[in-house]
Amino acid sequence: MSGWRRERAARDARIEAGRAHAAGKVVAAANVVDLLEAILQPGDRVCLEGDNQKQADCLARGLSQCDPARVHDLHMVQSGIVLPEHLDIFEQGIAKRLDYSYSGPQGSRIARMLYGGQIELGAVHTYLELFARYFVDLTPNVALIAGVSADRDGNLYTGPNTEDTPTVVEATAFKNGVVVAQVNEIVERVPRVDIPGDRIDFVVEADRPFYVEPLFTRDPAAMTETQILMAMMAIKGIYAEYGIRRLNHGIGFGTAAIELLLPTYADRLGLKGQIATHWALNPHPTLIPAIESGWVKQVHCFGSEVGMDRYIRERSDIFFTGADGSLRSNRAFCQTAGLYACDLFIGSTLQIDLAGHSSTVTQNRVAGFGGAPNMGSDPHGRRHPSDTWMKAGREAQVTGDPALMRGRKLVVQIVETFGEGLVPAFVERLDALELAKKIGLELAPVMVYADDVTHIVTEEGIANLLLCRTADEREQAIRGVAGYTEIGRGRDRAMVERLRQRGIVRRPEDLGIEPLDADRSLLAARSIKDLVHWSGGLYEPPAKFRNW
Amino acid sequence: MEKLSFRHTTQNALAGAKAQAITGVVASGNLEVLLERALPATECTVEIETPIRGYGEVWAAVVADFVARAQPGGLRITINDGGARPDTVSLRLLQGARLMEV
Repeated sequence: MSGWRRERAARDARIEAGRAHAAGKVVAAANVVDLLEAILQPGDRVCLEGDNQKQADCLARGLSQCDPARVHDLHMVQSGIVLPEHLDIFEQGIAKRLDYSYSGPQGSRIARMLYGGQIELGAVHTYLELFARYFVDLTPNVALIAGVSADRDGNLYTGPNTEDTPTVVEATAFKNGVVVAQVNEIVERVPRVDIPGDRIDFVVEADRPFYVEPLFTRDPAAMTETQILMAMMAIKGIYAEYGIRRLNHGIGFGTAAIELLLPTYADRLGLKGQIATHWALNPHPTLIPAIESGWVKQVHCFGSEVGMDRYIRERSDIFFTGADGSLRSNRAFCQTAGLYACDLFIGSTLQIDLAGHSSTVTQNRVAGFGGAPNMGSDPHGRRHPSDTWMKAGREAQVTGDPALMRGRKLVVQIVETFGEGLVPAFVERLDALELAKKIGLELAPVMVYADDVTHIVTEEGIANLLLCRTADEREQAIRGVAGYTEIGRGRDRAMVERLRQRGIVRRPEDLGIEPLDADRSLLAARSIKDLVHWSGGLYEPPAKFRNW
Repeated sequence: MEKLSFRHTTQNALAGAKAQAITGVVASGNLEVLLERALPATECTVEIETPIRGYGEVWAAVVADFVARAQPGGLRITINDGGARPDTVSLRLLQGARLMEV
């Protein structure tokens, strides 16, 4: 054996061992544990596909049933920690080290396990960053992925939730790794080939369809007047002023309210065609009224959303679809689009400090960041101008040659001053710093750094941080929109008034916003049922959102 | 149940002639505000009944800011609180004052 092809030989040996439990590439669900015990080795780097939505749950259950005497000390490198099994394997000793991006539903448990030392944490990444490391120093030895269907040669149809799959497979299959795909069914011919069969080593017909999480559905019925007021301010004070056409929205209620105000409030302001035309966005059901009213030109998606498949098929002018008609999403490409081709990111957070640093990590929840640190950062590699980007650049420029001025991406945090249970969103010091100290992290898990944030929108007003010239101004601008939190009440009222005169702090009345308009009747849809009507019956909401 | 009461002086009377308005509902996280034009032109009182104790200082700040912003002279305002957040209270008060003006 040549000394330069050892990895290839090791890979061949793993596949050989796995074949004992397969018929060709096909493995029965009952044989998953045997297969995994055959192909995995202690200390392996493993990507157990946990995307935002699509979960390789059958393989996750199989992995959690492996004998820890045979399979142990794995290093998990996956974007989402979503299922209980993703953490069970750390309690069982099957896995030891973790590098990940997002842990929404498991946020509390992951925090307890980090404090308890059951997980050795590498880092909490942004998606694109973790994907990048798949190709440099976190290349998986084994990838356990999920698709809708496959043929016997392993040609894989991922369905609309392609998400991370092409990236994970690329890194694993082309660097001597083993790829196992679970599918809902094995078919003669797949509707379209998302992953060619020669990159898939084993196909498991799952005992039940993979789990999909409806992460991006915000029920308009739960939207509050405060959120509507904030959305009105964002539209009038930011979208209209900067002429934002290319953008990405986070998943909170504030941004969902913006989507529902486009065909009503923004239309009244005469903004149709001027703002919100090109998107990097999951197919949010709350965008349906704007699409149907002709606001939206096109949308590229990270993943899909439960219930949106038929609608997307019928709106291929708007969405990226395959020859089979269904959505083709791709998280890595969409994150890149959000980073380099969007002029605005707007999202929510749990904590903002006096400088404007923000994090969703709190003392008892480590939710991870997903795409926010990537979307919510100013890409220094950008080299194409747009009016929006240049205007923000001019506002930020203090010194230097104007001929060499670069633009700025708008990074907007939209937060209610108090979160659930009257927990203030504005704090002296981020809990993330405490967490970092407690578990010995060299880098505090900050989601969006202060120097990337350009605006903060709350129900009290908009703080434009681009226009602040000193740290003191910045602090008072933040206090000036922090409402009745301790931070807000600790403001220097005279200085905030001066900032208001300079347009750095703006109140609804400064923007000509009538408080009586902040009413639910302003929403283009006031319920999930309204969204179904807007879609002409094409949107099929999951059961938990059907209350009629 | 805690009862709070605030009395403010304004620079002028609230515009409009409407005698009474009511806005909001007593639901969890929400509040009902009754506004009556029943006081001398530059006086305003706000009476609050809230199920959550210990937020007197925040209520005082919310009411003072509202009076400064809306100048609701002549109004007797009664709040039936269902545990609303300060921002909701503030928005509801402003909406109530607007209802009295239009």
